[in-house]
Amino acid sequence: MELFIQQLINGLTLGSVYILVGIGLTLVFGILHIPNFAHGALYMLGGYVTFMGMTSLGLHYILAIILSMIVVALLAVLMERGVFHHLRNAPPIHDKIAAIGIMLFLEALVLLIWGSEYRNMNTPYGGTIKMASVTITTQRILIIAVSIAVVLILYWFLKKTMVGASIIAMAQNREGAFLVGINANKVAMMTFAISGALAAIAASLSTPINLLFPAMGHLVIMKAFIIVIIGGMGSIPGAIFGGFLLGITESLGATYISNDYKDLIAFFLLVIIMTWKPKGLFAKGVH
Amino acid sequence: MNKLINKRVGIILIIAFAIVFPLIADNQYFLRIMSLGFIYIIAIYGMNLLAGFTGYLSLAHAGFFAIGAYSLGIFTTKYEVSFWLAFVAAIVFTTVVGVVTGLIALRTREHFFAIYTLVVGYLIYLIIDKWDEMTGGVRGLIGIPVPDPIGPIEFNTDLSMYYLALFFVLIATVVVTRIVKSLTGRTFIAIRNSEDLAQTIGINTMTNKLTSFIISIVFAATAGALYASLTRFLGPDIANLPMVFDFLMYLIVGGLGTITGPIVGTMLIIWLSQFLQGLQEYRMLIFGPILTLLVIFYPSGIVGAFNILKMKFNNKRRLKAEAADESSEEQNQVKGG
Repeated sequence: MELFIQQLINGLTLGSVYILVGIGLTLVFGILHIPNFAHGALYMLGGYVTFMGMTSLGLHYILAIILSMIVVALLAVLMERGVFHHLRNAPPIHDKIAAIGIMLFLEALVLLIWGSEYRNMNTPYGGTIKMASVTITTQRILIIAVSIAVVLILYWFLKKTMVGASIIAMAQNREGAFLVGINANKVAMMTFAISGALAAIAASLSTPINLLFPAMGHLVIMKAFIIVIIGGMGSIPGAIFGGFLLGITESLGATYISNDYKDLIAFFLLVIIMTWKPKGLFAKGVH
Repeated sequence: MNKLINKRVGIILIIAFAIVFPLIADNQYFLRIMSLGFIYIIAIYGMNLLAGFTGYLSLAHAGFFAIGAYSLGIFTTKYEVSFWLAFVAAIVFTTVVGVVTGLIALRTREHFFAIYTLVVGYLIYLIIDKWDEMTGGVRGLIGIPVPDPIGPIEFNTDLSMYYLALFFVLIATVVVTRIVKSLTGRTFIAIRNSEDLAQTIGINTMTNKLTSFIISIVFAATAGALYASLTRFLGPDIANLPMVFDFLMYLIVGGLGTITGPIVGTMLIIWLSQFLQGLQEYRMLIFGPILTLLVIFYPSGIVGAFNILKMKFNNKRRLKAEAADESSEEQNQVKGG
């Protein structure tokens, strides 16, 4: 039983990270219809910026995360302005290729600057808390707490502020949004900035329990795509559901089935769901 | 007429160059690079048929390439099947896997298809990497034999492998050209341009998409099997993501949806990479932005850009000729008047 609860908490931690990455992906997809393959590279970069902020600049962990959020958000906006904006009328295949190009560039850049070695990120939250017979590291609690807080803030922002409402409007109906005078460029930049910042938070939170290396975005982005497809592209509640589902399945699967094949579980989950419902579990009826 | 002859002469010259290349470059290393290039071209033709002509970007292509290579390797080393039988069996096996995948994957569209195939490709990589008893895992699969002799032709030298690869690349080029120019090819293009419209005018899109997908897998499998017999060593990395991104790069640089694109792109990048060998790890610093910029400014790659330039030049010449005609007519009128 203890093992089960322990793994459940690990699953929630994992799920929280996937959710933060997935929401960024789903926002960009819902509004601009771009599957941002470069999102994994933004995630990876977020981890490196936080790491550098802590080691080179000597910042506190939290400050380093904020710095990383700003840097990655700016980079994401730059990506939108420099690349995706020019491709807004191109066939869908071009967006994907452009995104892959950016991803390859960012990975090579990180490899050039910081090398390919695996790094450890030490945070002030390395301690553990014991509850009954279950031991949890503070970092894991931080991950879950921050993720919930971020999702709540995001929800408030999208529902209660004017800028957030314009993002929702764009997602619901592009032409309609233009008709009532919503500035498409501003919304696009805003969405990319939010998505970049979320990726940076996710990476900064998860690196201390994992490791930092240039290819760390690969698996995460694929799993984020999976949860976004499970939850339906463009749907935030769907991404939250998918994230927890995947995180918990993976962590229980690793314990009770096989640790070697734990990454396979996620992919089989996708294959099964895609076979059953090609547009995802919660896809809206839009064509 | 004149143009037709020009084109034919060009093709003959290129083939002649490929045939005499081993005599000019008396270097085993160059021969191997060339052979490898030919093999990649075959794989990329498959990718091009699906992505360039049918509009479905499959990121599992390296995965199927690897299945082709590994099944040849496993059939010949583990089950000791004779080479050419294993060669055919490898292609058939990969195609069967491809049909099953295609039936599921093609239910999805556009971005979903790309993401789905990306995941399938990674799944193939993971399976090859983890299934130690069968694939040798990270240690790789060694001891793949050279092709059995066909009649008097033996395949135990780099030179003979070069001609074998050349033979297959020529067949691949002819097959692709025939497909693209046939009714089936035009149906693929119709689906690429608008799937809904294609469906409206009575095209069975699922059958056609599946046909295109299967042909593309056959190309990938053939290339994979050839790759296994050329390198005679297989590692799981040939199924991994960088491989499919390399394929994508060869295709985009050469020209998505063009017939000569895969040849131009592959050869150009393979030889460029030889000069940038010290930069192998960092090559994406250059090629990544090139990929993005090409898609923004020249979405049909070098070949597409060349065609546009040629068209512009011809147009200009025609306009000039017309203008000259008109002015000479005017002069005649003046004289006549």
